[in-house]
Amino acid sequence: MKQGFFARNPSVLVFLALLALFTLGVTLLSHAYGTSFLSTSFVKTLGKTLCLCLVALAMDLVWGYMGILSLGHMAFFALGGYMIGMWLMYARTEEIVVQALANAPLPATPQEIADGVATQIFGVVGGADLPAVWTFAGSLPAQLVLVVAVPGLLALAFGWLAFRSRVTGVYLSILTQAMTLALALYLYQNDSGLRGNNGLSGLQNIPGLGGVSQDALSVWFLWASAAALALGYLIAAWVVSGKFGSVMRAIRDDEQRVRFLGYSVEGYKLFVFTVTAIVAAIAGALYYPQAGIINPAELAPIASIYLAVWVAIGGRGRLYGAVIGAAFVSLLSTWFTGGRAPSIDLGVYIIQWVDWWQILLGLSFVLVTLFAPQGIGGLIDWAAGLRHPSRRGAALGPNDGALQEKEATE
Amino acid sequence: MSALLEVSGVSVTFDGFRAINNLSFNIGTQELRAIIGPNGAGKTTFMDIVTGKTRPDEGSVTFGERSVSLLSLSEAQIAQAGVGRKFQRPTVFEDQTVFDNLMMALKKPRSPFAVLLFRPAKVDAERVAELAAEVGLRDHLDRKSGELSHGQKQWLEIGMLLAQEPRLLLVDEPAAGMTLAEREHTTALLVEMARTRAVVVVEHDMEFVRRLNCKVTVLHEGSVLAEGSLDHVTKNPAVIEVYLGRG
Ligand SMILES: Nc1ncnc2c1ncn2[C@@H]1O[C@H](COP(=O)(O)OP(=O)(O)OP(=O)(O)O)[C@@H](O)[C@H]1O
Ligand SMILES: [Mg+2]
Repeated sequence: MKQGFFARNPSVLVFLALLALFTLGVTLLSHAYGTSFLSTSFVKTLGKTLCLCLVALAMDLVWGYMGILSLGHMAFFALGGYMIGMWLMYARTEEIVVQALANAPLPATPQEIADGVATQIFGVVGGADLPAVWTFAGSLPAQLVLVVAVPGLLALAFGWLAFRSRVTGVYLSILTQAMTLALALYLYQNDSGLRGNNGLSGLQNIPGLGGVSQDALSVWFLWASAAALALGYLIAAWVVSGKFGSVMRAIRDDEQRVRFLGYSVEGYKLFVFTVTAIVAAIAGALYYPQAGIINPAELAPIASIYLAVWVAIGGRGRLYGAVIGAAFVSLLSTWFTGGRAPSIDLGVYIIQWVDWWQILLGLSFVLVTLFAPQGIGGLIDWAAGLRHPSRRGAALGPNDGALQEKEATE
Repeated sequence: MSALLEVSGVSVTFDGFRAINNLSFNIGTQELRAIIGPNGAGKTTFMDIVTGKTRPDEGSVTFGERSVSLLSLSEAQIAQAGVGRKFQRPTVFEDQTVFDNLMMALKKPRSPFAVLLFRPAKVDAERVAELAAEVGLRDHLDRKSGELSHGQKQWLEIGMLLAQEPRLLLVDEPAAGMTLAEREHTTALLVEMARTRAVVVVEHDMEFVRRLNCKVTVLHEGSVLAEGSLDHVTKNPAVIEVYLGRG
């Protein structure tokens, strides 16, 4: 019984080793620190993929382990991006304005600088005043707090209302989607104070690091993303391996029974929903400096649906499944939609992958759900010699989100 | 003997249908009680009310020495106060091992933070092993409970109830799907448990009730029709008419 954490969870060590190897490999093939085999934009793609793996991990906790099919976690991800983006954009613009005013005969007053920043940032949406939401944008520590606080409080308030009234299953999914949609529509408006559909841009330029090339920055962000993913994975594995994980899975399969054991199901749901929202926000805060731009389209409901698709294809209820799904599908998607996949000439019709990728993905999702609900993670089960219990198709509990027969292992 | 649970004047209506009608019921701190009654008499609904799953339209339900009203508590709070429940079907967490099922049920702080930081100590693991042995599952601790037979799942659920250490135990048709030997074992266990707590058993099987050798409450159309020893109630003409008479 008394064994170390890693002895009981060997997959964690394997995962961390692979992640370290990957990071080292990319570093050695990068422009800044290696052979220049990988382009800087591809290093950024890989760094962003690691962030997507982290948000997929959060999704797996809330959906795969606890059965809440949230269609709002990419909204929390984007909100995290917006919060860090505000500082990046403000501080960077401030640098430029200070530089421009340096040539003036009189030294610039703080008011002049602030006005200059506001005009620069809000000129596109026809404003010249800094909205109240930008109050703390000049301070990195304050915006970092907001990265955690804004999505966290939104998730807390939303979750409190939704879980308290015991909305579950499909209805809860629809509710989370409505929240996402409302937030996106709000951000599209110019008077939301976040530049409407222009969003925030130039985020790849890190204030104070003007002298560092994008080649080096891309690798630094890759390291930061890998570290965040490693830490996230470690904590997630620790949480699900203990009694808390037991309670989460129990809630997924039969929440009524959990209540009669004396656990406050609503409290657990709220806790996990909020914490995973914060993890998603942190992933977003690392993602958008690598993407360089964020706009309200990023939190359209479809983004959250993709997130669910990644986790499903990777295999929900397994941490590595979520990571594999997110990495595999998002990289494949980049390849297909980047126009690099060769078109297929059928004689009468040419399959352009840019158009057909979505359909292929949709189809794979349906097929995986129907025939291999354990997803790509099932391959690992197969290799490890694990089998499904034979339950004549019965799920493992009465809840909507309960583990299905084929997702379970003996 | 003071009452542990006091239900008085409780009524519940589902879509205009009165499932429980002005029901009153008491049980002492260390007492075994059987509830019998025809299908649809309201036995399960009665348990739903006590455990907080169903809210009555009127009446009161109080529990413990300080007569705490259960009507304002959530299911989880009622369970924490010391009411345990066994369902008609065995309900265990099928994707988890026998060990995990029992560990979750073990009487420990239930708040998310406490559970997050909880790591089983040696005594906890020993207590789980002891409980597993008590319900005949000592050799199955590491098996997923979904693989157990129907009877073993019933036992696991009983083990989980023991782990919860409730002061009042509500048991819905425990003997369903059990072999004769298992029934005897169950009877003995229920009688044993009632030495230190209150146990309410709902059962259809008359032989089983007879072996429990305790006071019997007959429910019919949502209220108490008769109460007393099994022999006493089975002689009651009203009971014979509505229940026993139909075979
Ligand atoms: N949620 C509900 N909605 C509507 N009607 C209900 C509900 N729950 C119970 N009933 C009705 O209330 C009546 C009492 O049901 P209950 O399940 O308590 O009976 P029971 O005594 O446990 O029967 P059995 O011996 O079959 O288990 C039944 O007629 C049932 O149809
Ligand atoms: Mg019943």
